[in-house]
Amino acid sequence: MTQKQKLVVVGNGMAGMNTIEQLLKLTDQYSITVIGAEPHPNYNRIMLSYVLEGSKTIDDIVINDRAWYESAGIHLITGKRGTKINTEQKTVQMDDGSEVDYDRLIIATGSNPFILPIPGSDLEGVIGFRDIEDCETMIEAAAKYKKAAVIGGGLLGLEAAKGLVQLGMDVTVVHLPDYLMERQLDVTAAKMLEKELESQGIKFALGKQTTALKGDTRVTGLTFTDGTELEAELVVMSVGIRPNTELASNSGIEVNRGIVVDDYMQTSVPDVFAVGECTEHRGTCYGLVAPLFEQGAVLAKTLAGVETKPYEGSICSTKLKISGVDVFSTGTFMEEKQHTTITMHDGWKGTYKKIVMQDNVIVGAVLFGDIDDSSRLERFVKKGELMTEELYAELTGTGGCCGGGAKVNVAAELTDDDIVCGCNGVTKKMIVDAVTIDGLTTLDQVKMKTGASRSCGGCKPLVEQVMQLVLGNGFDAEVKEGICGCTTMSRDEVVEAIKQQNLHTVAEVTKALGWSQPEGCSKCRPALNYYLGMLWPTTYQDEPASRFVNERMNANIQKDGTYTVVPRMYGGMTTPQDLKKIADVSIKYNLPLVKMTGGQRIGMMGVKKEDLPKVWEELNMPSGYAYAKSLRTVKTCVGSAYCRFGTQDSLHIGELIERKFERVDFPAKVKFAVNGCPRNCAESCTKDIGIVGNDGGWEIYVGGNGGIKARLADLLCKVKTDEELIEISAAVLQFYRETAKYLERTSDWVERVGLDLIQRNTVADVEQRKQLAKRMDIALSRTEDPWQKVLKDPKLKETLFEKVVVTKS
Amino acid sequence: MSNTITEKSVYIGTTDEFLERVGRTVVIEGQSLAIFKTAEQIYALEDRSPHPKGGPLNEGIVSGHYVYDPLYDWKIDMRDGCVQAPDEGQVRTFPVLVEENKIYVTMR
Ligand SMILES: Cc1cc2nc3c(=O)[nH]c(=O)nc-3n(C[C@H](O)[C@H](O)[C@H](O)COP(=O)(O)OP(=O)(O)OC[C@H]3O[C@@H](n4cnc5c(N)ncnc54)[C@H](O)[C@@H]3O)c2cc1C
Ligand code: SF4
Ligand code: FES
Repeated sequence: MTQKQKLVVVGNGMAGMNTIEQLLKLTDQYSITVIGAEPHPNYNRIMLSYVLEGSKTIDDIVINDRAWYESAGIHLITGKRGTKINTEQKTVQMDDGSEVDYDRLIIATGSNPFILPIPGSDLEGVIGFRDIEDCETMIEAAAKYKKAAVIGGGLLGLEAAKGLVQLGMDVTVVHLPDYLMERQLDVTAAKMLEKELESQGIKFALGKQTTALKGDTRVTGLTFTDGTELEAELVVMSVGIRPNTELASNSGIEVNRGIVVDDYMQTSVPDVFAVGECTEHRGTCYGLVAPLFEQGAVLAKTLAGVETKPYEGSICSTKLKISGVDVFSTGTFMEEKQHTTITMHDGWKGTYKKIVMQDNVIVGAVLFGDIDDSSRLERFVKKGELMTEELYAELTGTGGCCGGGAKVNVAAELTDDDIVCGCNGVTKKMIVDAVTIDGLTTLDQVKMKTGASRSCGGCKPLVEQVMQLVLGNGFDAEVKEGICGCTTMSRDEVVEAIKQQNLHTVAEVTKALGWSQPEGCSKCRPALNYYLGMLWPTTYQDEPASRFVNERMNANIQKDGTYTVVPRMYGGMTTPQDLKKIADVSIKYNLPLVKMTGGQRIGMMGVKKEDLPKVWEELNMPSGYAYAKSLRTVKTCVGSAYCRFGTQDSLHIGELIERKFERVDFPAKVKFAVNGCPRNCAESCTKDIGIVGNDGGWEIYVGGNGGIKARLADLLCKVKTDEELIEISAAVLQFYRETAKYLERTSDWVERVGLDLIQRNTVADVEQRKQLAKRMDIALSRTEDPWQKVLKDPKLKETLFEKVVVTKS
Repeated sequence: MSNTITEKSVYIGTTDEFLERVGRTVVIEGQSLAIFKTAEQIYALEDRSPHPKGGPLNEGIVSGHYVYDPLYDWKIDMRDGCVQAPDEGQVRTFPVLVEENKIYVTMR
């Protein structure tokens, strides 16, 4: 047996580990050692922005955990830094004095945040944004301090600022140029971005140059060249990055701005390679992930002795990972004399599109608001596509009969090795294989298998196009959204088939409609359970095994496995007796937290699963359905009963509505608000149905949402009497039950089906309205309080809630 | 798999004490197991998600011989405990024996 060659990687980051992942697919000829300065295994650095913002945890962003290294036979050394390479003896020295030998070496040390060399930059509370430690520092600071400044209004700085706002800090972005992201955007797009971010709570100090940071031990503020000052107890410097070349230059390896490499990632020294942000290739140092996957591919092949095209540089595109803000830019987007541009600026819709051409060749683009064309434009720039009449019509939406002819599939032009998903380094071939070899047919499945479109989502259109290319007519992008990987049928097709073929159980549906997994999955089972219940309200036997845990247990599971109990309080009204019961039960069961919810209810947190039935029994109050896709709460103001402005009795109507519509299943949760007058103290505009009293009756609003994707409700109609109010509400709710996709909130539903259609069915067409309201009444007649149901059934109570405890004798 | 009752087998109850496709926790000497009954088979897994953040498994949705982790939606094969792609990991499983409606789990 031949001895394996020793390959050592310095830098356990994205570039180094991606190279190794690609290498392992090609060969096992190396025995591999990885040296990483951070104490963590390899993680997805770009997702740190999500960690800061709180939507992901550090565990979520780990790419390869320690077990992976072990199973791949890689020796991982963490918490140590490579300090010097002896290129003669072929050894790497580490900061604790120990050494490892190598036959071949990869330097993948990434880059460091550039810290402005100004007085005070070494104060406590001044940091960069690069790694997990920085993220943790920011999260800790946000808990203690109020004011933060981010120096630098680029991609990273803005993501940091948004994260800190999310953490409750008062954040100002200080930026030297007069507009944001000047390296990626033009002035128009940047101004639109600024406005959007301002509405998300970020403050800006543009055109300001920082001269010093003030403070004794901890930073207290910034001073600017114009003499003004800004208070800040946390300063994040995000003015750029510097390739981390220390190790290379200490070891006599040629370094310019970065470690100089050739088209095969070879440094000036034999058997020493470099990859990622620490490198300089043909004069360029990169600061984004897409190039490093391309570099990694070339390096992996070189090391495996497989023939490869040389690496010839990358064209970079950027997408900002802040929810609600879609910006994209690629190639040369700042026009100069030699360029012609096409610009479209829609101030009302808040969209902007600019395409830059040189001699009719597309060389760059900027998109804001609507970035559907991003992957095509990226491709056009890469390929140097010529602008034609057809292309023009398509890109500007001016040709054809309905805003542009059939869209060209860009995917066909990609080569197998072209990267489709920059965040996760997924190539076209990996997606094609997932479809042709693994037989996958939906975007969801491909996402699960390959990771494509899992991070920023910017590549989703292109991933779909690749699938479209391979599957032809078998792929319908729309369909893939709604329903799961077990079927290619859309929501409407499934519901129609259930009716037509008279299917009555989940098992019948999955069998008759040819589900790929006979018992379905965690996505379709709850959906089918809902559709069946909606279609056959009087006969369908609800399947607890097809409900999410919350709905099966009738309480909200929390991350530690305990539950929250929220009793019903109709219209947000309670009594001293009920409050006393809640207090007694909370004390008796030692609940760690009792909290007011956003919908005017009381949440009792931290109930142990086996205590749930006892808690319900002792409360003896109806379930508040805080866990369910059902009517959650009706928020009310005090209205004419108490308020001097009130013209309508909102308390009474609120209670009436909550009693009427509680317990029935909806596609998603439903919230109401009822107000006594247009002052709107109970905030109707962000509710699924918002009701506002006026002198002559009521206004009904639909489709409001205050959650992730905020949306103001639309006015559906005005009514005179309470009876009409209830009837139209019933009709709207039933129409929603019958036409929405499972999990689709009314806000998305209203946008998808259109307010018009809803108005026609529930307001204009009186007969239709009455039919809908009647079907709602039938559905309502079959409901039962779930807590009482469990209490009445000792066997169910035992099997569902009690543990079996066995002690061996 | 040992398919006979040995001194390591523990009696945990009768088959009608478990709902089909709804998990139930069984604690044997401090070790929490999630027991899942399907039409064909009874499975015993360690009641802890292989996701780095952990959490219980017994509340998951069951499909055939798979269970979907209730908190993170990982798909786990109940036969061998293997997490399905693109996620990775493995849950400990325990042999289960059913004799005349009596369920035994073998601890190891
Ligand atoms: C918050 C944030 C958001 C980002 N968002 C995006 C985005 O949306 N899109 C995008 O394309 N890019 C984004 N990036 C950039 C992207 O993360 C980098 O391009 C990528 O991580 C570079 O990979 P790398 O392996 O070259 O460097 P790194 O991932 O930084 O890895 C280098 C590793 O080497 C270690 N190291 C350094 N010196 C030594 C030594 N002497 N000995 C041992 N170990 C050493 C470091 O500790 C580090 O772990 C973002 C970056 C950050 C910080
Ligand atoms: S919405 Fe009108 S009636 Fe209700 S509390 Fe406010 S001011 Fe009073
Ligand atoms: S490019 Fe970001 S998820 Fe694919």
